[in-house]
Amino acid sequence: MIRLTINGREVEAPRGSTLLQACQLNGIEIPTLCYDPDLRLAGSCRMCIVECKNRPLFLASCVAPAEEGMVIETHSDQIMQARRVILELLAARHDFSCQTCDKNGDCTFQDYCYEYGIKESSFEDGGRRIYTVDDPNPFLERDYNKCIMCTRCVRACEEITVARAINVENRGHHSKIAVAFDGYLEDSPCVFCGQCVMVCPTGALTSKVSAGQGRAFEVDRVLTTCTYCGTGCTLELNVKDDRVVGVSSNREEEWSPVNKGALCVKGRFGWDFINSPDRLTTPLIKENGEFREASWDEALDLVAQRLQEVKDQHGPDSLAMFTSARVTNEENYLAQKFTRAVLGTNNVDHCARL
Amino acid sequence: MAQEYRIVLANAGKIDPASLDDYLNAGGYKSLEKVRTMSAKELIDLVRSSKLRGRGGAGFNAGMKWGFVPETAPETYVVCNLDEGEPGTYKDRTIVEADPHLLLEGMAICAHAIRSKQGYIYCRGEYPFVVDHLNRAIEQAKQSGQLGDFNIEVRMGGGAYVCGEETALIESIEGHRGEPRFKPPFPGVAGLWGKPTVVNNVETFANLPAIVKNGSEWFASIGSPNYPGTKVFTLTGDVVNRRPFEVPTNTTIRELIFDLGGGIPNGKAFKAVQIGGTSGAFIPEHLLDTPLDFDSMRDAGITLGTGAVFVMDETRDMVDVVTRIAKFFEHESCGKCNPCREGTFRSYELMKKIKTGQATPSDVENLSTLSKVMTKACLCGLGQAAPTPILTTLEHFSDDYKRRLLAAIS
Amino acid sequence: MDIREIIARYQDKPGGLIEAYHAIQDEFNYLPQEAIREASLAFGISEAQAYGVATFYSYLSVEKRGKYIIRMCESAPCHVAGADELLKALEKTLGIEVGQTTPDGKFTLELAECVGQCQETPVITINSVPYTDMSPDKISAVLAQCT
Repeated sequence: MIRLTINGREVEAPRGSTLLQACQLNGIEIPTLCYDPDLRLAGSCRMCIVECKNRPLFLASCVAPAEEGMVIETHSDQIMQARRVILELLAARHDFSCQTCDKNGDCTFQDYCYEYGIKESSFEDGGRRIYTVDDPNPFLERDYNKCIMCTRCVRACEEITVARAINVENRGHHSKIAVAFDGYLEDSPCVFCGQCVMVCPTGALTSKVSAGQGRAFEVDRVLTTCTYCGTGCTLELNVKDDRVVGVSSNREEEWSPVNKGALCVKGRFGWDFINSPDRLTTPLIKENGEFREASWDEALDLVAQRLQEVKDQHGPDSLAMFTSARVTNEENYLAQKFTRAVLGTNNVDHCARL
Repeated sequence: MAQEYRIVLANAGKIDPASLDDYLNAGGYKSLEKVRTMSAKELIDLVRSSKLRGRGGAGFNAGMKWGFVPETAPETYVVCNLDEGEPGTYKDRTIVEADPHLLLEGMAICAHAIRSKQGYIYCRGEYPFVVDHLNRAIEQAKQSGQLGDFNIEVRMGGGAYVCGEETALIESIEGHRGEPRFKPPFPGVAGLWGKPTVVNNVETFANLPAIVKNGSEWFASIGSPNYPGTKVFTLTGDVVNRRPFEVPTNTTIRELIFDLGGGIPNGKAFKAVQIGGTSGAFIPEHLLDTPLDFDSMRDAGITLGTGAVFVMDETRDMVDVVTRIAKFFEHESCGKCNPCREGTFRSYELMKKIKTGQATPSDVENLSTLSKVMTKACLCGLGQAAPTPILTTLEHFSDDYKRRLLAAIS
Repeated sequence: MDIREIIARYQDKPGGLIEAYHAIQDEFNYLPQEAIREASLAFGISEAQAYGVATFYSYLSVEKRGKYIIRMCESAPCHVAGADELLKALEKTLGIEVGQTTPDGKFTLELAECVGQCQETPVITINSVPYTDMSPDKISAVLAQCT
């Protein structure tokens, strides 16, 4: 452990910590925009700057090593002013259409503007480039008028999904997140996993599937397991008025040990079938070539009776069970147990064996 | 009367830069031979005690910088910064055009100190003819075996001022966008391809052969004790002799401009000089007796920078010049960190507003606050230094600003 | 020379992407899309990254350019030496504005920051060859050398 002073209080931190980690460990909140604990460090947004005695420059706490004996101020007048200037600089190029933004209430940039009292930028928005919001893919909305260039999306694409579809193009104030040749995502290696949406701290990247259906403060987040494949990813169904209106990530390892919030295109965007009118909600029995609705009891009785008949007439090996990766391990276990113990055959297989 | 004193330009004009024989006849590569009889530690101690400080802008003790490279590192690199992008600076080009082998010998000396087998010269894209010139010299040195097993490759930049920053330069050699890295880790520990790397400026390397030859005491006795040796300055703007001068570091700014530079042409009066490049401070008349060494300059609130000396006569309008400089930084900011990417853009906007007489005092206040935040909050030296021309002209030439603001009111 | 052949010359150089780009520009005066795609394959990086590098450096261009690229330095030392007037004169003589290429594809006019020839300002470069101490009346003589 090393000892240092933060805001007049002597604190301890493990050797090798960054100043940000040292602050977090000691309950001191530091604002961050480009920092993401799962991604390579950038040190570029400069929101996490702190003052260190005898150092002429501010230190970006997310990348600055905590050293023995440092004397740190995290919320001095100078630092607060610098953070306000940085927010105002970002605000001057930001499209503040918060009222209609899907990220309203769940936006880190909005939170900091609120906390630091940025009602409007003291810089005129002259010269702000207006980007067209036009990407024909069905999943991801890209609105670079709300982008703050934290590059978390670029790093998530590179490091979590390894699709490497996007990068920074151009230089300086002209820089922008883009796919090669500033084209569309569908012409790039993008797999529409939406990890970029997961890490975006503003409304620049949002889900088209959920657009307008419910903001963070309107939905209940129900922790569940994705049913699409056997990986068993944790996700949160966003529920508003008893309807699923979206999927969000739970990135905490405790709750999401398999995927730490990362999802694929199906898990993140493929939920709208839940509310489809075409969906079966009750068993159907086919009689004379026509389906009719039936109760579960009636349907299960019919299945049991027919299985019994087949087994009696043709022997147990005339039956087989084929199960699916889309059901849980427990259900798969029960299926093979039922096949062996009840049906009396070893004819059991699974799509994951293909 | 101030005099030139030539160490790095000693051979300039005296030898044929295309001839290795000329360089050898002038005593070239003798120092490299000498260091091969020394241990790495002896060499680093020699350079450290000569007090040679980096000539690229930061002014760090060169020997100490080399000392950061871990002794056990199996792979190390020597990188020469020939990306002189500071407007008004052409000293490194002058040195290399006049005496390319001097640079190669200096790099090889450093290679011995850090046990490096591979060096890179990062030459700015504006100098393709210098790349050719250096490649010919490297070929000669290789053919004649002067460099031993040390290999040097020239890499050409692509027109990005930020690549003069050592970590951006390293990124660029690696084939990436030239965006600076955060420090630490410093290149001495994790530089090119993550390996310990020494990055020095051309002029720093070019001093080494003479230091090895004449000893550290000799070098430490020249010029100012804290920043000994000479410094090459390139004069531009409203000055009679617009050319490079190599002078001892205790020469004053006034001596440089008026004795060597011949003063202001056309009978006009001096108004300001910007030292160190376009990110340097604007200096008024009353600071002209400051000696041109790093510490004296710093104490006067000036950075020595690269050695550009941009002189302006009484007819020049500081707001006009600084607006132009603000455009430079808007163009050259890499865009990685917020305060620089957005700050350089807004600074330019505010300067344009002031220049066209549309600004109010609160705009100037805004500009001043933004500038002060940038000097402390930006990720690299570019953003930290970009506001210097604004802040120093606001301090020393506020009348030029006020005149514009009055125009706005009336 | 074929794009692939040019890139192959640099493929084994660590970090040789920018060198390869320079070599492609020597041949084509800009970086065609095909070159960026090929380079991304050769150097094992994503197309997005290869494009990001191509658009970072002001000497690299992803837009088609003329045979002669005239770059007008407008950094402070050239600025005070009359760069603005020189630029206006260049635009008038060429009949194009900064950033444009003449209809015959011969000249492209670009702005540049310092080209390191500040001993004789103002300065232009034509295909990287510097012309120092320029003035509006020297333009036609200099352009006449471009054949």
